[in-house]
Amino acid sequence: MAAFLARRLAGALIVLLLVSLMSFALIWLVPGDPASAFLDASATPDQIQRLRTALGLDEPLPLQMAHWYGRILRGDLGESILLQRSVSAALIERLPATLSLAGTALLIATLGGVAAGIVAAVNHDKWADQATMSAALIGLSVPDFWLGLVLILVFAVSLGWLPTGGFVPFGESPLGWLRTIALPALTLGLVQLGFIARISRTAMLEVMRQDYVRTADAKGISKLEIVVRHCLPNAFIPIVTVIGIVAGALLGGAVVIEQVYSIPGVGRLIIGAIAARDFPVMQGGLLFLAVVYLTVNLTVDLIYALVDPRVRLT
Amino acid sequence: MATLEIDALEVRIGAAGLKVLEDVTLRVEPGEVLGIVGESGSGKSMLALAIMELLPGVARYAGGTLRWDGEDMIAAGPDAWRKRRGRDLAMIFQEPMTALNPVHRVGRQVEEVLVRRRGMSRDAARREAQALFQRVEIPRAAAMLDAYPHEMSGGMRQRVMIAMALATHARLLIADEPTTALDVTVQSQILGLLRDLRRDTGMSMLFITHDLGVIAEMADRVAVLYAGRVAETAPVREIFDSARHPYTRALLSAIPKTSGPRERLASIPGSVPALDAFPTGCRFAPRCAMRRDACDARAPRLRDATAGHAVACIEPFGYVSDEDGP
Repeated sequence: MAAFLARRLAGALIVLLLVSLMSFALIWLVPGDPASAFLDASATPDQIQRLRTALGLDEPLPLQMAHWYGRILRGDLGESILLQRSVSAALIERLPATLSLAGTALLIATLGGVAAGIVAAVNHDKWADQATMSAALIGLSVPDFWLGLVLILVFAVSLGWLPTGGFVPFGESPLGWLRTIALPALTLGLVQLGFIARISRTAMLEVMRQDYVRTADAKGISKLEIVVRHCLPNAFIPIVTVIGIVAGALLGGAVVIEQVYSIPGVGRLIIGAIAARDFPVMQGGLLFLAVVYLTVNLTVDLIYALVDPRVRLT
Repeated sequence: MATLEIDALEVRIGAAGLKVLEDVTLRVEPGEVLGIVGESGSGKSMLALAIMELLPGVARYAGGTLRWDGEDMIAAGPDAWRKRRGRDLAMIFQEPMTALNPVHRVGRQVEEVLVRRRGMSRDAARREAQALFQRVEIPRAAAMLDAYPHEMSGGMRQRVMIAMALATHARLLIADEPTTALDVTVQSQILGLLRDLRRDTGMSMLFITHDLGVIAEMADRVAVLYAGRVAETAPVREIFDSARHPYTRALLSAIPKTSGPRERLASIPGSVPALDAFPTGCRFAPRCAMRRDACDARAPRLRDATAGHAVACIEPFGYVSDEDGP
């Protein structure tokens, strides 16, 4: 078990190293340099030079790299040119909104998707199966930005039940939080719900024809018990993998949905930074999202080991 | 009253309704071990699953009756079966490697029967499971309760399956080739164990195998299955001493001899016909050395040759004439 985790952790560190290298290289991929890209055409050479010095772009490359790693290892992601404040502080300030959105969407997608997948598998080839899977396919095919706009039109504009956008932190008002997060989380979660439903159905069908399920049936226990105690824990192994992938997709999808619902999250911060060519925020955001993504994947690996005793051996 | 009475059972599979079992008539008396012998494709595993109502999705009951203590199970439906399974009926399977749930500890899988089907408390079930592990001769029984299936050998897993079957207190144990997947030495240990258990508990057993040697060791009575039909049923001694069906005789002559002069091993020409290619008459006719024109007319039904010895052949050995073989 310890060896298993150590190996996963080592893998994550390698990925982190590559991502940090790419973040660093970002500066050298822009035509000209970040300083002239940030400032518009009317800037004087003197202004550009001053920003270049402030960003440390005058130093030799190896020294810049040493500075970069020295900073990120201390958790310092630099200063935003646009916001005039530290990138870490900006990210941390935006984090609760993004985590609320992606987390709630993941909850909706997982609970709904696994439940729908079980219903479909248990009623294999009957109408309930076909209905669930058709609904899942529709959910999968609808673009999330479109669904977001439709939901805003129906529930916010026409019915007036929920706000059209914005974000209220949970700590400030749990009800306000729920009201602002409900539509965006639903929008983001529904697409992934369809995906998880289809995967769960396949996983359940695969497990249901295994010999050990027949053994459980031979014990005469109820069908519900067979599904819950014997099938589901085994089906979880492929489902957990997919949930990990979905969690990553949700973080990416959150960027679009934050835009649609005007949620002040990490996604919007990064979009804004790209628009303004605010390089330190772009670099920091990339690194930050990579860390979040790796954490999700490590968690998935940990859940694997908890669900499947055979994994702990390897 | 017989524990289990099967009368003219028919099972079909697929949309085409191919018959995997046809006109199968059998009974299992209390405390008796009925051996079912047949080649691959004879329908013996399908018969076991039909008795348990664990037929795969493509298969269905298409005729006949299956009675438990006189209760017509096919008519009574799935809920009646579910009540019997794990209480009156237990089954062990051919593949111990895949028959246990990989994510649950083996002790828990045995305890599940005790708690769910016999209403024991968790603690009592745990003690009982340990006793059962000792009974089926699993070494370090207490520690092994906490093992996962992948930590055990095939023989040990089959012992767990047997412990699970014993936990039910079933009156009929269906053993579908329980030793086929095991090493020869482990095989004889498991057979010995099953024999002891049968002696101690008095449970009936339906023992399915393709191995006549195992039949000789285990069974009181034998039913020979060929292409989904019963060819012959008789007490075990009579099967070996005076088999009447040409198929049974051919099977017996295909057992390698370990004494006497070395001779070429006899084999039955051809193979069991595919489900969609069963002959209209006697299903063994195309491979039968004694075949005559009348054999192709219709499949002969099982009829008594002597008391307790039935055979499905229009002219079995020792029945019409007295040419009772060597």
